[in-house]
Amino acid sequence: MADDELRLQPENPMDRASQAPRTASSTDRYGVLSRSTLLRHTLFAVVGILLLWLMVKSFSASTNQELQLIPAYICAAIGLTLLVGLSGQISLGHGAFMMVGAYTFALLWPKWQLHPNLTIIGAFAAAVVVSAVAGAIVGVAAARLRGPYLAGATLALAVGLPSMTQNEKLSSHLKGSQGLSVPSAPQPHGFDFVQWPLFIGLICCVVLLWFTANLMRSRVGRSMRAVRDDEVAASLSGLSVPGVQVLAFVVSAGWAGLGGALLALANSNASPGAFSVQLSLTLLAAVVIGGLGSLSGAVVGSVFVVMLTNYWAQDLTNALSISSGKVANNLPLLIYGVLLALAMLVAPGGIVGSVRRLIALARPAR
Amino acid sequence: MRTSQIRLLAGGAVLALAAAGCGGGSSGGGGGGASSPGVTKTSITIGSTQPLTGVAAPGYSEIAPAAKAYFDFINSNGGINGRQIIYKYVDDGYDPSKTVTQTKKLILTDKVFAIFNALGTPTHEQVVDFLNQQKVPDLFVASGCLCWDDKAKHPYTFGWQTDYTVEGKILGDYIKKNFAGKKIAYFYQNDDFGQDGIKGLDMEIPSSQVVTKQAYQVGNIDIKSQAQKLAASKADLVVSFSVPAYTALLKLNLLKLGYNPKLAVSNVGSDPITLSGLLEAFAKQGGAKVNGNQLIQGIITDGYISSPADPSNSWIQLFKQIHDKYIAKLPFDGNVLYGMAVAYTFAEALKAAGANPTRNGIVKAIENGLPQGPGTVPFRFSSSSHAGFTGAQIGVITGDAIKLTGTPQTTDDGSGPITPSTATQPTAPSNGIPPS
Repeated sequence: MADDELRLQPENPMDRASQAPRTASSTDRYGVLSRSTLLRHTLFAVVGILLLWLMVKSFSASTNQELQLIPAYICAAIGLTLLVGLSGQISLGHGAFMMVGAYTFALLWPKWQLHPNLTIIGAFAAAVVVSAVAGAIVGVAAARLRGPYLAGATLALAVGLPSMTQNEKLSSHLKGSQGLSVPSAPQPHGFDFVQWPLFIGLICCVVLLWFTANLMRSRVGRSMRAVRDDEVAASLSGLSVPGVQVLAFVVSAGWAGLGGALLALANSNASPGAFSVQLSLTLLAAVVIGGLGSLSGAVVGSVFVVMLTNYWAQDLTNALSISSGKVANNLPLLIYGVLLALAMLVAPGGIVGSVRRLIALARPAR
Repeated sequence: MRTSQIRLLAGGAVLALAAAGCGGGSSGGGGGGASSPGVTKTSITIGSTQPLTGVAAPGYSEIAPAAKAYFDFINSNGGINGRQIIYKYVDDGYDPSKTVTQTKKLILTDKVFAIFNALGTPTHEQVVDFLNQQKVPDLFVASGCLCWDDKAKHPYTFGWQTDYTVEGKILGDYIKKNFAGKKIAYFYQNDDFGQDGIKGLDMEIPSSQVVTKQAYQVGNIDIKSQAQKLAASKADLVVSFSVPAYTALLKLNLLKLGYNPKLAVSNVGSDPITLSGLLEAFAKQGGAKVNGNQLIQGIITDGYISSPADPSNSWIQLFKQIHDKYIAKLPFDGNVLYGMAVAYTFAEALKAAGANPTRNGIVKAIENGLPQGPGTVPFRFSSSSHAGFTGAQIGVITGDAIKLTGTPQTTDDGSGPITPSTATQPTAPSNGIPPS
């Protein structure tokens, strides 16, 4: 394989485990749930939504507000971890797909205000579809590119797309740097204005986790892993390597688009400033720091980067009594750089991988 | 081992736990209660979003520190009704996508009493609905957009500075009288700021005189094509509704083309010290050396508060004293003066709100009208209007400051006539604190 050295994730023991045949003992232990992946995942998703509902209701308004951006990052990070961890491609431009989703959402949903809480589902779906189409276009090109060339092409996308809003002809529709305003979702009885958008975002995350977990265990997920691990072997087995790669880009971009729509909802605005190159790099940092190729890694990594970018960096500069806003703005990128290098050197499995390794060490050897 | 199952479960659990863990600093859930947030017996906390970094930072980043300096001065003299004014301003980088998060943080985490002097038309437009839904006073927005004066839709929002349409009318009136028959071109920021200004200009300047209108987008610093079209129009006068960075870019781009028209610049984009600093910095980046101050002499602009060019003015003397004591590192320019003047207006409003200020109380107090203070024209505040200063005075950049000429003019943002102001500016209180 040509780009072996460029794959960010050298080895994921969990993936190998997932391909291992089921043992009889585990089948016994889990009974009916073990026979149906779908049923099992659905059960977890329902329990998850209930837990998150409790969480949102019990947190204070300021805590819920701090969490507001997290669902958007989680959705995009799930998409990115699918692309990078599962199909072995890379994207330094996922912020651009988020932007496509955000603008699609911001252009459509404000016009559908008759039953905003129902039409929001349609607007989310539109955001996913339009950004998935963008992903298909990029994916076709991506399937011909390898390693640094693919990284460069997607980076160019992240740099170029936000400046499209400055175009004279487009700016009357996209409102230039000011961007499009997004109304807030009217909260139903029992929710306040902070809880409701957060809960909407969290539901989206659970649905996406459910879908992606199923996808990873399906034939599609296996084909992606096969293509990632050895393209020649995969094509000899009858898989269309470019087809699988494009499909990974489509799904991944679609998820990023949903993340973008959630970001627009949380910011009440879709504007180019939110989709800078920094966002794309932050997403990559989130999936690598969290644990590449793992869904819980994408979740942990997203929580980490949102808190660091928006809160901890400010707290840190305050604690060091650095008053310049420029330091607080650039500190997260510096930290990501250091953490990415460290993760590659000492903890290729990221936070989640390291925790798993620790748990494995703590277990008595068999 | 059942990986994806564990993954999903772990994912859910981690999401809940991580979120719970990093929420931190949660402050006893719910309940704003009837008493006003941000007000204690000894203090009142207000918040603001400001461009401390980014494209609008040059010049504007001095405004909040200057306002804070004035509040510090008040605090060291006992505060207002025994309350210290705590002013928390945070950076949004003039980026509309950051303003919402920062504003919600101020309301929910810092529990501020009011948002004060939040800066920027495109930025503040994102939060004005939210603030009014939450019934948070949104006082003296640092932008001259017409949008702040809409009592029916935004009962808690008040403007402060002269709005861009009034400014455009007064500049336009001057241009009509002094550049009759000359070719005129517009350069403007392509959002409500620039468009409101152009609206005012168009009410006064005959359209037959206007040869071209060129817009720029904030964030795109390449304005070569606009500059070329302006040069090709051979206009005698270019009127610019721009923030300081783009005024400087305009000047340099025109200079490069060897085209040297007379310039008229909106108040927000014409602070002389900011402009000359920017011109020199931009030229240096491009490998050239210019004398910024020389380049801006004679630029026509306008002002609605007293100018540092008038050192005998009692307000200038008061603010200079506070500047020298609290923020001597910053230049004593139009931005610093702006910050202190708007802080003075807030102190007036807070005093008028009485011994126990409430959110509704301060709104009522402002609607009862406020004295113009350091302004050269009166405020329009009333139970039907939430607009700030009602006019402006033409000025010309002379040396390091704007020299105001003629008499202050007043008008409205509709088709009302432009008339000389009849109000006279009061002298500054001797102790520097608004009298009750």
